[in-house]
Amino acid sequence: MTTTTITNSEEIKKPSNLSLRLGYIRRNPGLALGVAILISLILFTVIGLMNIDSDDAYPLSVMGRQAPSIEFPFGTDYFGRDLYAALVVGMWQTALIGVIAGAIGTFIGIILGFVSAFYGGILDTIIKGVCQILMPIPVFLIQVIIAGSLNKDDVTVFTMALIVVLLAWMWPTLVIRSQVLSMKERQFVSVAKLSGMNNIEIIFAEIFPNLLPFIAASFVWSVFSAVFASFYLAVIGLGPLREPLLGNIIWGAQSQGAFFNGWWWWPLAPATLMVLILTSLALINMGLDELANPRVRRTE
Amino acid sequence: MKIRKIIERIFFFLLVVWAASTITFFIPRISSRNPVRERFGQLARSGGFAPADLEIIIESFNQKFGLDLPLWEQYTNYVGSLARLDLGVSMFQFPKTVGELINESLPWTIGLLVTTTILSFIIGNLMGAIAAWPKAPRWLRNLAMPFVLFMGVPPVLLAIFLLFFIAFRLKFLPLGGAYSIGTVPNLSLEFALDVLKHQILPATAMIFGSVGGWVLSMRGMGITIQGEDYVLFAEHKGLSGFTIFKDYYLRNALLPQVTAFALALGNVVSSGIIIEQLFGLPGIGTLLHNAIKFNDFVVIYGVVLFITIAIAALMVFVELLYPLLDPRIQD
Repeated sequence: MTTTTITNSEEIKKPSNLSLRLGYIRRNPGLALGVAILISLILFTVIGLMNIDSDDAYPLSVMGRQAPSIEFPFGTDYFGRDLYAALVVGMWQTALIGVIAGAIGTFIGIILGFVSAFYGGILDTIIKGVCQILMPIPVFLIQVIIAGSLNKDDVTVFTMALIVVLLAWMWPTLVIRSQVLSMKERQFVSVAKLSGMNNIEIIFAEIFPNLLPFIAASFVWSVFSAVFASFYLAVIGLGPLREPLLGNIIWGAQSQGAFFNGWWWWPLAPATLMVLILTSLALINMGLDELANPRVRRTE
Repeated sequence: MKIRKIIERIFFFLLVVWAASTITFFIPRISSRNPVRERFGQLARSGGFAPADLEIIIESFNQKFGLDLPLWEQYTNYVGSLARLDLGVSMFQFPKTVGELINESLPWTIGLLVTTTILSFIIGNLMGAIAAWPKAPRWLRNLAMPFVLFMGVPPVLLAIFLLFFIAFRLKFLPLGGAYSIGTVPNLSLEFALDVLKHQILPATAMIFGSVGGWVLSMRGMGITIQGEDYVLFAEHKGLSGFTIFKDYYLRNALLPQVTAFALALGNVVSSGIIIEQLFGLPGIGTLLHNAIKFNDFVVIYGVVLFITIAIAALMVFVELLYPLLDPRIQD
């Protein structure tokens, strides 16, 4: 009797949970808008990659300094790059940096957060202490030093991702740690412990699935901060200078005095795309945060 | 108890400074770049002197700056001079010390960042508090929405749009620089107004770029506090809506924001550096940028450390100030 009711309620619960989440997206216009912007950006990049000749994204490939026209919808820049091609390649590279750095940062965060919260003791003190000491140091400045001391040839899209991730794991670590700490005290973990599961089993079978929304939110956060940080580095000229990263295009425009010379289209298009990327990621992150934990509103 | 807390905070502060200084010391030393050789190599190529003398010059330069010593000795020297608040001498603007260079550019940075940070804190928190206040008119509550929507957008991107619409299209304000080309800095009213005119766009970008974050967190705080018994009690006492808003609601919701304020300073400085560079303002950001360009690593360390120390000190200061704002945390 009891067993049948349990399986029944489980069968009913699963689809209702999903539809609840879908309904939540409908009620959370921010998340929906963020996802919509992100999808259109992905479409722009994918369709663009199929249309352009990626050589046009590099200097001296087309006639320079042309205003937007039918042939060059985004114009061309001083260095003779077709800005449409440059933007598409730049979007692709930005996404690459964001996803690589975001994935590594979240991964480190998950591992350190779990170890710290689950095993406690001296390990916890060290991990938490290091995070807290590193947090007040302006990450950007350290990244500036790292990027500045690399040889110009060593700065590629991949080293950018690594530089950006180097100091981006503290926040995910602290978030995951606090979530695991609170989850550890819940009853289902005690039940699992009493029923003889070992730590590893509890982590993977009991805690991890419940943490997924938080992990998703902190992944989006890491991607956001990686894109943000790599953009800042590129904008002051520390990016891989040859590549058409969005920040590099703006840096180029800025250092050639684009507005002074009347080439308004040059910085404007990459700036618009960057606004769209960052806005969509921030909206998705906010939405996921609420989805993961409706009771805790973002305070910091 | 209180003294113990102060000592604890100061110890934490010293740890942060030590961590920052160690990171800034070791990263450039691990790298394969040799700034001295690079710089003199450039000079030699441009014909400043005979390339044959290059090695001798580099050697005497290294000796002068203590770069020929073993790494640990350089490190102890460095930490020692830091403890004496000596940030060193610039390698490429030679007679000037890093302290002097920072001194020259600091007023510009403080002028811009302090004003905009305080303004955006006030505007953002007020808007956030109103957005969560059910009795406020609807249009007033929705006023903050666009700021929240663009919360993730860094000031530098806003600055590009401001430059395009206001300076480039409408020609209301200058495109960059700290003052008009051709004027000599002096203490006249005319010059002050000229400087102010050049600060409007960067300041607007900085403010608009950070208001959204404050709005969002304050709104969250506000919603939590509305349900509190003391707010209900104040309503039942028949206090006016404004008094409740000001003394019961805003005051309590603001407390956590003060801590967040200290944490936000790091972001403010990073954005400030980029904004200064975009507008060509002669502040700390431009100093750092030029130092990076010439790989003047004494100046890079100096500036980075100076900013880190300033931020960490402000954080400790805010934390120690906190009991004064919130009498509940006395000890």
